[in-house]
Amino acid sequence: MSMSRRTFLKATVAGGVGISALGFDLRPAYAAVRQLKIRNAREYKTVCPYCAVGCGTIAYVHGSGGLNTTKTIIHVEGDPDSPINGGTLCPKGASQMQLAISPRLRKSPMYREAGSREWREVDWDFAMEWFARKFKESRDNTFIEQDTQGRTVNRANGIAWVGSATVANEDAYLITKTMRAMGLTYIEHQARI
Amino acid sequence: MTNHWKDIKNADVILVMGANPAENHPCGFKWALEARDENGAQLVTIDPRYTRTSAVADKHLQIRPGSDIAILGGLLRHILANDLHHADYVREHTNASFIVSSDFGFADGLFSGFDEAASRYDKTSWRYEMGPDGFVRRDMTLEHPRCAFQLLKKHYERYTPAMVAQIAGCSEAKFLEMADIICSTGRADRVGTIMYAVGWTMHTTGSQIIRTGAILQLLLGNIGRPGGGINALRGHANVQGATDHAIVAGILPGYLGAPTPEQTTLRAHLDASTPKPLVEGTVNYWSNYPKFLVSLLKAWFGDHATAANEFGYQYLGKQDGDATWLSIWDEAHQGRLEGFITLGFNPLLAGPDVPRLLQSMSKLKWMAVIDPFLLDSAEFWRAPGMDPAEVDTEVMYMPTTHWIERDGSFTNSGRWTQWKEKAIDPPDGVRSDTWILSELFWRVKELYQAEGGAYNEPIQNLTWNYLNPREPTLPELAKEINGYDRATGRLLDSFAQLTADGATSSGNWIYTGSYTEAGNMMARRGTDDPTGLGMHHDWTWAWPLNRRVLYNRASADAEGRPWDPTRAGIAWNGREWIGDVPDYGRTTPPGGAGAFIMTEEGVARLFSSELADGPFSEHYEPVESPTTNPLHESVAINPVINWYDGVRETLATEGDDFPYACTVYRVVEHEHFVTANVPLLVEAMPDFFVEIPEGLAAEKGIENGGRARVWSKRGEVEGVAIVTKRIKPLLVNGRTVWTVGIPVHWGFVGATRASMANLLTPYVGDANTRCPEFKAFLVNVERAEPRST
Amino acid sequence: MPDTLAIKRISATPSAMIPLSSLRSSGPVYSKLVDISKCIGCKGCEVACKEWNDLKVEQTANFGSYQSHKDLSSNTWLLMRFNEVAVGDDDVDWLIKKDACLHCEDPGCLFACPAPGAIVQYQNGIVDFNQDQCIGCQYCVSGCPFDIPRFDKETKTVAKCNMCIDRVEAGLEPACVKTCPTNAIQWGLKEDMLALAEKKVETMQRRGFEHAALYNPGGVGGTHMMYVVPHGDRLEDYSLPAHPVASPMPLSGLNVLQRVGSYLLGFGVLGALGHLLAFGQESAEDSEGPGA
Repeated sequence: MSMSRRTFLKATVAGGVGISALGFDLRPAYAAVRQLKIRNAREYKTVCPYCAVGCGTIAYVHGSGGLNTTKTIIHVEGDPDSPINGGTLCPKGASQMQLAISPRLRKSPMYREAGSREWREVDWDFAMEWFARKFKESRDNTFIEQDTQGRTVNRANGIAWVGSATVANEDAYLITKTMRAMGLTYIEHQARI
Repeated sequence: MTNHWKDIKNADVILVMGANPAENHPCGFKWALEARDENGAQLVTIDPRYTRTSAVADKHLQIRPGSDIAILGGLLRHILANDLHHADYVREHTNASFIVSSDFGFADGLFSGFDEAASRYDKTSWRYEMGPDGFVRRDMTLEHPRCAFQLLKKHYERYTPAMVAQIAGCSEAKFLEMADIICSTGRADRVGTIMYAVGWTMHTTGSQIIRTGAILQLLLGNIGRPGGGINALRGHANVQGATDHAIVAGILPGYLGAPTPEQTTLRAHLDASTPKPLVEGTVNYWSNYPKFLVSLLKAWFGDHATAANEFGYQYLGKQDGDATWLSIWDEAHQGRLEGFITLGFNPLLAGPDVPRLLQSMSKLKWMAVIDPFLLDSAEFWRAPGMDPAEVDTEVMYMPTTHWIERDGSFTNSGRWTQWKEKAIDPPDGVRSDTWILSELFWRVKELYQAEGGAYNEPIQNLTWNYLNPREPTLPELAKEINGYDRATGRLLDSFAQLTADGATSSGNWIYTGSYTEAGNMMARRGTDDPTGLGMHHDWTWAWPLNRRVLYNRASADAEGRPWDPTRAGIAWNGREWIGDVPDYGRTTPPGGAGAFIMTEEGVARLFSSELADGPFSEHYEPVESPTTNPLHESVAINPVINWYDGVRETLATEGDDFPYACTVYRVVEHEHFVTANVPLLVEAMPDFFVEIPEGLAAEKGIENGGRARVWSKRGEVEGVAIVTKRIKPLLVNGRTVWTVGIPVHWGFVGATRASMANLLTPYVGDANTRCPEFKAFLVNVERAEPRST
Repeated sequence: MPDTLAIKRISATPSAMIPLSSLRSSGPVYSKLVDISKCIGCKGCEVACKEWNDLKVEQTANFGSYQSHKDLSSNTWLLMRFNEVAVGDDDVDWLIKKDACLHCEDPGCLFACPAPGAIVQYQNGIVDFNQDQCIGCQYCVSGCPFDIPRFDKETKTVAKCNMCIDRVEAGLEPACVKTCPTNAIQWGLKEDMLALAEKKVETMQRRGFEHAALYNPGGVGGTHMMYVVPHGDRLEDYSLPAHPVASPMPLSGLNVLQRVGSYLLGFGVLGALGHLLAFGQESAEDSEGPGA
């Protein structure tokens, strides 16, 4: 009964206008034929980034990402095959393309010195060197090998890691693996708050 | 969720309480409406506000914030007083028949064993009576006065409709109308589900609220059945997966315990973590704990994890005491935390008591913020009211990739783990989480090699055998999580193959089977549904072992016959179980072992010593409450919550003028704070607002669309007033109580900027999880003058 | 494959003056069906409409409601309207309605339009505005009994929902239908939607909404976005006009033709379907005295 995304691929491109029931040729009177903006886009199956319903989505992308082209996302829509959402999306899901390509996205690390009122743009090498140095300093300053009762505890209590409920499982796993190996025990994400 | 989104369509009754799925999970909520219209299911909401979910429900009951246990306790009493429970299920699948120690008792708001000085319970009296055979004594007639069933009955006897009404502020008649609907599923041919979310968890009694809901579902025989269960609706794309993989204090991946200082050896840790069966013949699945833990250590430390070095057990930090959110920030507040790293998260807006949080952040030496957006937390030093010159915290902001620029999997609320494709490339200048983490790892490791320093053997010995060690791929990590047979290098199919001798590795045992020699199970997109119940076993993959309904053994009776053949979870056909992936081995016959394979009882617990604040639940007031506790005035609030220094002084007390109950929440147009960057959503819900009941607004001279100021003892907010008929005054314990509602989505950075709701909320958490009490506190309200523009 | 975009009427041409609604369309005739009892007011449709149609984001301000904009605009073709209604002393209904073009079978906008080709009605039921031909006179605005078209001061043209004609042409459902999280908006052949509506009315009556009814007003020849309304006796609470009619045409002399058209309708195809449905019947009678 209802049309699905699948049918459109099979649909022939109508001329846009036709002959009226009275037989007048009305073609010249109507010029605006709209192009389906996703017609030549490539589809990628992904999952909505917002809540944990896990709606299946399809990202429509122009460009191959090859030489002289940039892959550009032009639209995101629900995946009609998903048994969870059956192609539907809430307002957040329906506007997720704007999250993906928001002009507010940042492209460079930034550093704020103690007491400063401003940010300063820095490069990744500076950022990571700072990060590793601070991490090691605080770890060294606060690491406890044995507690007051002489028990081996090997923990780094001076550093906390928090996040994230929005990263992939594989990243989440690597976060835990790395931070636990560093001796951190203050490890949290959004689940509790 | 014990069940999953599409399964909700199988229900006859849907109770939505402590959740607002129409707003926070709209596409999952479709299945509730499908049940309503196609099954004739009844959909009811119980909430402090009439929400967009209530707008399409058959019935709505308004309650006071923080009165959930009173309501649920009243429902338990309604069932027990009227014999509405599913008797066969309760006898077969719960510990109703277990005899409890004669030392156990409850009086004047306290369970036996309360240690007033330590504000905690000594739980030794909360145990079963053991028989001479070493197993629990049972009375299958459920008549023994100390069997769990009778104790339950006695405990909740006090929750009469009149008492419920007095606490929650609803009318007795309306409560009973609701109770008749909710308690109508205690039969084999009917099934009901509960949809809850952080409206239950975010209280000082949060864990016990959930437990009461679980007891309700057990009495009605609804756990394990299609269309049943107790379903936590989770709020972030991978909050389930991030929890499974233990970016959480106190656990290791797969809900293994993080080691503690008393567990000085691997043996001690395993002994403390591996339960003994309490009933003969139970599966007691956690008896496999050593296999899961050793396989995890092998995944992390590889050849450096050997029997000789306790498989690297000592490499893991052993935390003394709590390490959750509130404790972390308390450490900072006390000046003991030096560095704070946050990734994909906006802690400043998310936590309670923002004024205190700002003080804590200012005491850090450094903070690293990793996120696609420059968010409020990164700019805490210039939050409203802050003087940057006074803040010595160094801050590094690092831009990272979005979900759509990576592959990898998200685990949804129903445990379906869905692999996603990478759609576009990240912009130049942006790095992936994996790159940043690897870079940090290598640079720290190299610094230790060059300079030495604190104990760093685990860092040197951490397995990092990725094709590109500076940026592992997500499929590589997915395989590591799944686990290998280390001798052959073959990917494992099931956690049943894991061993405790180091022959296998698995980064997270509950994910074993997700990426096998047959391929990436999480990337599957098969749409078949031979069960007709919406299980879709070929669509991606669900933990554990692609099981779609947890505890599904309880969907059938002792002989393995489904309670309801039209909605069979699993069924024994004489040779094997058919239907869902069974809890049991596919060919293990019914009988003997209990249905709840993860408990040492083999059955589900009506009575349980697991929680800190009682083997049953009890209504305690929120720490800020507009009333005394009508059940026991002397023990008004949860007696075993933890108090951080200085927090009591930040709570409203007798004599302070904070007469109104307040609660905070989300609206559908926003996802916490990140959507402040999405123009279409800012357009759809532009401004911070305060929902104020009509009568209260009239009293205060607040006009709809005008402005209102709301303040608690901790902070204040101001915004547009939505004057509403959807929140009514309640008669609570003899006085009128008004409720005010506030959404959480705004901060001082982003395309829409306004008051932070968490300026108001208290820094106190649940007695078990320390999940903060966001959902019930006290405020005052007044009219504010229009903004000059 | 039938021609999905065969034209039925074009504004200010003879086709607009001769009533055609009694003639069977050659191809499929579509309709949306909005089940208000399943609508959660999430604005998924509102946002999906703007996203798909590349409509400008407007500056909004909360005016004491969950509703995003006070009114439709040339860049907001679909608006969720929220209305709290007291029920007795103690209860409340939160009535939420998707407001957008209903795509009338007898489109008042098109009848009123003096610009040839600015408004086109397709055989499939879609009434589309063609801004290239629009002269900005706004007669369509006064011609619409549902107060839908909106004038854009910048472009000096009028705009409204075009039923995602680009999608429909390609065999896809409109963006609002596709996205609706609860499937409250359905899409299909009008006859199938009428049958579905009947079933939905029965479901609502079983659930206790004794006045549940289909909204497919005959005064405009029926619509191609129909509603199933739980409280059919309280249409004003949803801001749905009880007896909409295609407004008299501003161009003198065309009134007669419109009357003829409406008359034919009364006994025509939709009139026959209308007997099932309270509104159809009522408006079929109304249509004998149109222009009132």
